[in-house]
Amino acid sequence: MLLRHTNAEIKERKALTVNPAKTCQPIGAMYAALGVHGCLPHSHGSQGCYAYHRSTLTRHYKEPVMAATSAFTEGASVFGGQANLLQAIDNIFTVYEPEVIAVHTTCLSETIGDDIPQIVNKAKADGKIPEGKYVFHANTPSYIGSHVTGFANMTKAMVDYFAESGPRSRTVNLIPGFVEPADMAEIRRLATGMGVASILFPDTARVLNGPLTGKYRMFPEGGVTIDQLRQSGTSIGTIALGVMASAPAGLAMDSKCKVPCKVLNLPIGLHDTDLFVDTLRRMAGVNVPETIDLERGQLVDAISDWHPYLHGKRVGLVGDPDQLLALSRFLIALDMRPVYLVTGSPAGKKFEESLRDTLSDMGDDLRIAVPGDMYLFHQWIKDRPVDLLMGNTYMKYIARDDDIPFVRCGFPILDRMGHSYFPTVGYRGALRLLEKMLDALLDRKERDSSDIEFELVL
Amino acid sequence: MRTIPLLREREKQIFDKAGNGTFEMACDRHSLAGSVSQRACVFCGSRVVLYPIADALHLVHGPIGCAAYTWDIRGALSSGPQLHRMSFSTDLGEREVIFGGEPRLYKALCELIATYRPKAAFVYSTCIVGIIGDDVAAVCRRVAREQGIPVLPVHSEGFKGTKKDGYKAACDALFSLVGTGDITDIAAVSINILGEFNIGGEAWMIRQYYERMGVQVVSVLTGDGRVDDVRRAHGATLNVVQCSGAMTFLAEQMKERYGIPYIRASYFGIEDTAQALYDVAAHFPDDPGIRERTETLVRDEVAAVMPELRHIRGDLEGKRAAVYVGGAFKVFSLIKALRLIGMRVVLAGSQTGNADDYAHMRALCDPDTVILDDANPLELSRFVIEKQADLFIGGVKERPIAYKLGLGFCDHNHERKTPLAGFEGMLHFAKEVHLTVTSPVWALLRRTP
Repeated sequence: MLLRHTNAEIKERKALTVNPAKTCQPIGAMYAALGVHGCLPHSHGSQGCYAYHRSTLTRHYKEPVMAATSAFTEGASVFGGQANLLQAIDNIFTVYEPEVIAVHTTCLSETIGDDIPQIVNKAKADGKIPEGKYVFHANTPSYIGSHVTGFANMTKAMVDYFAESGPRSRTVNLIPGFVEPADMAEIRRLATGMGVASILFPDTARVLNGPLTGKYRMFPEGGVTIDQLRQSGTSIGTIALGVMASAPAGLAMDSKCKVPCKVLNLPIGLHDTDLFVDTLRRMAGVNVPETIDLERGQLVDAISDWHPYLHGKRVGLVGDPDQLLALSRFLIALDMRPVYLVTGSPAGKKFEESLRDTLSDMGDDLRIAVPGDMYLFHQWIKDRPVDLLMGNTYMKYIARDDDIPFVRCGFPILDRMGHSYFPTVGYRGALRLLEKMLDALLDRKERDSSDIEFELVL
Repeated sequence: MRTIPLLREREKQIFDKAGNGTFEMACDRHSLAGSVSQRACVFCGSRVVLYPIADALHLVHGPIGCAAYTWDIRGALSSGPQLHRMSFSTDLGEREVIFGGEPRLYKALCELIATYRPKAAFVYSTCIVGIIGDDVAAVCRRVAREQGIPVLPVHSEGFKGTKKDGYKAACDALFSLVGTGDITDIAAVSINILGEFNIGGEAWMIRQYYERMGVQVVSVLTGDGRVDDVRRAHGATLNVVQCSGAMTFLAEQMKERYGIPYIRASYFGIEDTAQALYDVAAHFPDDPGIRERTETLVRDEVAAVMPELRHIRGDLEGKRAAVYVGGAFKVFSLIKALRLIGMRVVLAGSQTGNADDYAHMRALCDPDTVILDDANPLELSRFVIEKQADLFIGGVKERPIAYKLGLGFCDHNHERKTPLAGFEGMLHFAKEVHLTVTSPVWALLRRTP
């Protein structure tokens, strides 16, 4: 099998990543840009970059993923990509007619040193950007950070380019982080349920989980509009969900338009959803309605029903930093033991400290790598296995090799359905996560039990 | 549906009978900046060709993305080692971009070779390596000397051409391996199979056909590939090259240096598979029984699948197909294969075809078939609707577009899960087409209480 190539002996690796737990910035930028209504993401680099990003996003969402490319040639990489980008902007507005183009850079154009704002200004001066249409950009060098950084940079660019100050409205800005379209919809649903008007960005709901209608729409229904982004500068506050993915945009909004920003964990699990709901309640000056209390109560009820099967289960997780932090807190609330955690993203010392603080009760059992890769994670498993694995699809090789129950979560998920439609954020999302974990654990328990132990009622 | 505007520069890459009169395709072009092309890059081309060599180390030299996006995404099966399915990257950071990545590459190679003792190592250059100017070839030479295995640089910087140039870079790397193995035990009636990547186990089927014909298969390049087999490839008498672009370069090089002739082959569809086998048999006129063995094989294999194919044809007669895949050669085969099951191709196109390819495609198709080079999704969906296709054959990026339009889809790229090559593969193909074209899901579009 594939990961039988994992050597149990752990040696320090300095120059090498094996089986990565991250990918590069541009794909995150592309995903974020798809959350703007009528937006065509544009990759300023070689043709391969955007082909790979589109393919990966397509495999994850099972949806058409549109983007354009500057299609760099040798000439462009010697003389700079200005001509390519100018031509691209012209062609895109002529043929595909998006509302807005979101340009992100690549390792190639960053190293050459293309100045995107200057090129965009030239396009504007040359009349290549039609009236009422927009081009904005984010720098996303692939050799810095990870896909999460790219998402954060593109989200921040939405603020930098479009947010405008003005008389305060009663709206709250919600920055959902690098989560699924279904999660974005769920975050908005919670806000709406509390009677809070919100501007959510980016918003990939109905872009990457659209219906089958018999028509192909290059620019589907969903996405935050440029008008909304403009108005976001007048909101009473911003809730940025996830330090790594959303804080840069939230803080930029604060300094640009003096909209106060609260940075929270992703609302995954009970406590972090509580925190989100409570923060939103205070910020908007509303009461939490009974319907949301009901959802919370049902979640606690389900946890109580099943807690004997969760207690003490050791869990290994590979994922993005914001997800790891929130999931850890949820697992602890479930009396489980998140003991091995790897993210490929270089999220920094501060992140690692907060993760260690959260997990201080795990004692010597705790292993954390920031950044690490799946190879290292697998070596830990070989050293001492866990009861449950959580991570993206690539983890299935480890699950198979070491015969460990596995719950898919994160990006990418290439081999199962569900993530596009069922959220993992909010109380409802926590309920779904709980169901998935219990299914995995209990299926395993029953598979391994003898005929005598095999029980009808659990 | 309103007609979409076409980029003026693209008009010559589209042939629609209603539109322009004379048939003259402009192709072999770099994609226009700003087009939503379905194509990929040089690195992608190289990775595709070399990836199936299962006992070699494949190290991607660059930032993490290129390694991450090509981690085990192709179903190129190996009967033994699975090393090719791991993802190894030098994961270059800002530091290396400024100061150079050579030391990191050296360390990574030494570490990996010490751990896995591979038979050879391929080092793929990505865009950035071409810009920062790492001397990858020098590092490879040094490591090869120190470690005693071939360490081959693959000059696959993404921006240095098209996917085809990536094929060529891969062939160059392979060619430096060819000729270094022992060929004393190779029979006179022997071939290499080129351009067959063993997606879904297809190489195993094809190899077995040849073996039943009494032909020794020295090396499959590169499906279920092994370094030692590549080294011996120059011992074969004939190269049989599948797929239009990918490995013709290697065949040319081997013809020049070793005097090994090559013929083209396609294993998609009954006609083309039989033709391929007969062509190979004809190359060995001195072998007394080969013609007869081949005829028997073809007869038996065809007889085994025909009854079911006829049955399937009954359901598919008159249905329309759109075919848009990477290589033009595959399009030719698919047109014939679809015809065999009663379907008509109303749109045909490829990402990488050349002028001859398109002329041939034109000749194979019905007069009103739309022919496209390097198409974008708007063009594809427009013509699919106009031509009322029931089926789309394409790759990963086209599947959801087809589904959104409410038509069946068959992946004829690296995400196919069952072997579609050979006689048996034709039956798999027909079944796949049948299940998707006749699926009840397309009737669920409207509420039907």
